[in-house]
Amino acid sequence: MAHGHAVKRYSGLMDWLTTVDHKKIGILYLISGGFFFLVGGLEALLIRIQLWKPLNDFVGADTYNELLTMHGTTMIFLAAMPLLFALMNAIVPLQIGARDVAFPFVNALGFWTFFFGGVLLNVSWFTGGAPDAGWTSYAPLSTTTFSSDHGVDYYVLGLQIAGIGTLVGGINFLATIINMRAPGMSFMRMPMFTWTAFITSALILFAFPALTVGLVALMFDRLFSGNFFEVSNGGNAVLWEHIFWIFGHPEVYILILPAFGVISEVISTFSRKRLFGYSSMVFATVLIGFLGFMVWAHHMFTVGLGPVANALFSIATMLIAVPTGIKIFNWLFTMWGGSIRYTTANLFAVGFVPTFVMGGVTGVMLAAAPADFQYHDSYFVVAHFHYVIVGGLILGIFSGLFYWWPKMFGRMLHEGWGKLCFWTFFIGFHLTFFVQHFLGLMGMPRRVWQYLDGLGFNNLNLISTIGAMLMGLGTVFFIINVIITAFKPRDAANDPWEDGRTLEWTISSPAPEYNFAQTPLVRGYDAYWKEKMEGKKAMTPAEPLGPIHMPSPSILPFVMSVGLFIAGFGLMYHWHIVTIAGLGITLLCMFLRSVYDDHGFHIEPDELQDKGVKG
Amino acid sequence: MSASHVEGKLPHEPEKATLEGRNKVLGFWLFLGGETVLFGTLFSAFLALRHQVGDGNPTADELFKLSTVAIATAILLVSSLTSVFAIQAMHRNQVKAMLNWLIITVILGFGFLGLEIYEFYEYVHEGHKFSTSAFSTSFYTLVGFHGAHVLFGVLWITLLIIQISTKKGLTVVTAPKVYVAGMYWHFIDVVWVFIFTVVYLMGKVG
Repeated sequence: MAHGHAVKRYSGLMDWLTTVDHKKIGILYLISGGFFFLVGGLEALLIRIQLWKPLNDFVGADTYNELLTMHGTTMIFLAAMPLLFALMNAIVPLQIGARDVAFPFVNALGFWTFFFGGVLLNVSWFTGGAPDAGWTSYAPLSTTTFSSDHGVDYYVLGLQIAGIGTLVGGINFLATIINMRAPGMSFMRMPMFTWTAFITSALILFAFPALTVGLVALMFDRLFSGNFFEVSNGGNAVLWEHIFWIFGHPEVYILILPAFGVISEVISTFSRKRLFGYSSMVFATVLIGFLGFMVWAHHMFTVGLGPVANALFSIATMLIAVPTGIKIFNWLFTMWGGSIRYTTANLFAVGFVPTFVMGGVTGVMLAAAPADFQYHDSYFVVAHFHYVIVGGLILGIFSGLFYWWPKMFGRMLHEGWGKLCFWTFFIGFHLTFFVQHFLGLMGMPRRVWQYLDGLGFNNLNLISTIGAMLMGLGTVFFIINVIITAFKPRDAANDPWEDGRTLEWTISSPAPEYNFAQTPLVRGYDAYWKEKMEGKKAMTPAEPLGPIHMPSPSILPFVMSVGLFIAGFGLMYHWHIVTIAGLGITLLCMFLRSVYDDHGFHIEPDELQDKGVKG
Repeated sequence: MSASHVEGKLPHEPEKATLEGRNKVLGFWLFLGGETVLFGTLFSAFLALRHQVGDGNPTADELFKLSTVAIATAILLVSSLTSVFAIQAMHRNQVKAMLNWLIITVILGFGFLGLEIYEFYEYVHEGHKFSTSAFSTSFYTLVGFHGAHVLFGVLWITLLIIQISTKKGLTVVTAPKVYVAGMYWHFIDVVWVFIFTVVYLMGKVG
């Protein structure tokens, strides 16, 4: 079948280990991100069980520290990021009319390094203690003086390896979106989700290297007696906070921007209207990305940076409310006068809007530096960031999953179970976190494993725990839905929602291996909708039918990541031979990749099938 | 695509002749953007900690010998020039000249590394170890990160020289590799200019 170069094609497990297809990598991200979401969710439930009554001793204080650290770290780095990468991988190339991403091999490498970094981090549960210094891992708590077991070593090395994956993934999407758009797809005709993926990737590129340096510095301090944060030898603990948050604040925009993109697509599709104020949406996205780098010190108001620094960072933080407000109003005006269909995807999107506004309002409250001295390290902060991350990001991811599920798997998720999932999760979410605002204002500190009786915390904590159980139930309903759907025939139409506006709905569900038999010609924003409005059934092709060049599958990304995983253990336990062996495996793979060129293979026009070959 | 290089002569800019090549060059520019943040953060950490020498330990002024560092700087700057000559030769399709300039670049790179190892060796003997003070830790991390980049660069370019001279020749597949290796080498050079200024010159006056 392959012309010119014979290429080995795998099936079964080997197919998944060697794939460089962005759609399959998207599914791998979805499965492993979903798995870590369940792990992080379980940790959250254990936290809430511990807090359901005063002076509870369900878990010990040490275990509680591990649980809260691993819950935060897992949810941010191993659940939220990969779930976004799942949607970006599955959809962005389709939305810009591309056959693949710019670097398919690097794309696979990004997935496997994330995966093995995540596994390394979680291995810590079985080797004598998980990280317990909080997801922010502030020095000196995270230095060997106060954290002498290997927990924080797992944090440092696991996140370092996972971070490589995120960084190369970001570069890959930037290059893909800049270089591989279909003819006519100018920047100002790109779908909103692609725009947000683009800006998010740029933020990843400029934020993650700071985390890399921070983790290296902490690793040097812990493993090689360095002095970056060792105050007795001239180190500076506040330096860690600066480095962490100059990465960490852009990180929250890395998370939320793609969710904004999903909401824009879903609301526009199910209102049967063009997205209101598209150009201002693009402008607001870019502005949020830019301002995201200017506000890191608002996490450090109580450190003592002085009134001038606090005032400047306070104002910069409040400025972000302006582009975010633009987005909120644009979504409302998109719905205004539209013929709205409340599918599950749209329920999640519509539920997102007021929930996210609530998180934004508490954000502006926290941005006022003098008031922040009251809120700092209380449950008010916990309520705030869960409103923006769960109420914003997770609702957005659910919305995107229900919306694009047919494009990823060829089957529609069940709407009844979907609505049950939405209402349980949505009500559970507000029950859990709304009351935490008041717990915080009443003075309940975060990250403490017990509270005393008679402080007025009892009822609100009980409500919060019941809400968390409901969120867990909602997630179970989603899993049931996925299982039921997996047994249904793969019969989703190309444009299953019938109102699809963008290029991914012009091809079969799931998309074939080569995406587009002929690259489409894009004649405007909402490319497919424009053709529909002119009475056409399909896109005008921009090229004749011809053989399609495809990259070869490769096991090297998997083996490279295994090498890093092994080297991580070697570094932690000072087994130098293991470290050298692990790094040697990775370097050997890089050598092989450089020496043996990938000529790929061609799919001939008579071999083009309609349906994808996966499930 | 990748098969088209077999017949005919190379286009004028072989590194940008294919979409794969253009992707590689663009992706590498983006990667260097990330590297800039990486070194920017290392510089920030060094600037924050460079006066934390501790009691009885040698200060920057006592340690640094500008003569050695100036020679290292000259070597690295010249190697950047020779890598430009290599790319120019590539654009003229003179494979032999390109390889020779790359070999000179690698030799200069190894010369730089030798000087740096000698320098570190001297410092350790004068009591400036990695774990001595916050100054020493941040110094070795910043300069060592740069040194590791140089080491990776010379190994990478050596591998390219061997591949092109023995088997593959200059094609639209190998040309982008040479081009991005050249970009990488320039980047390392620019970082060194900043290290020379911020670490060594400021160490002498401040």
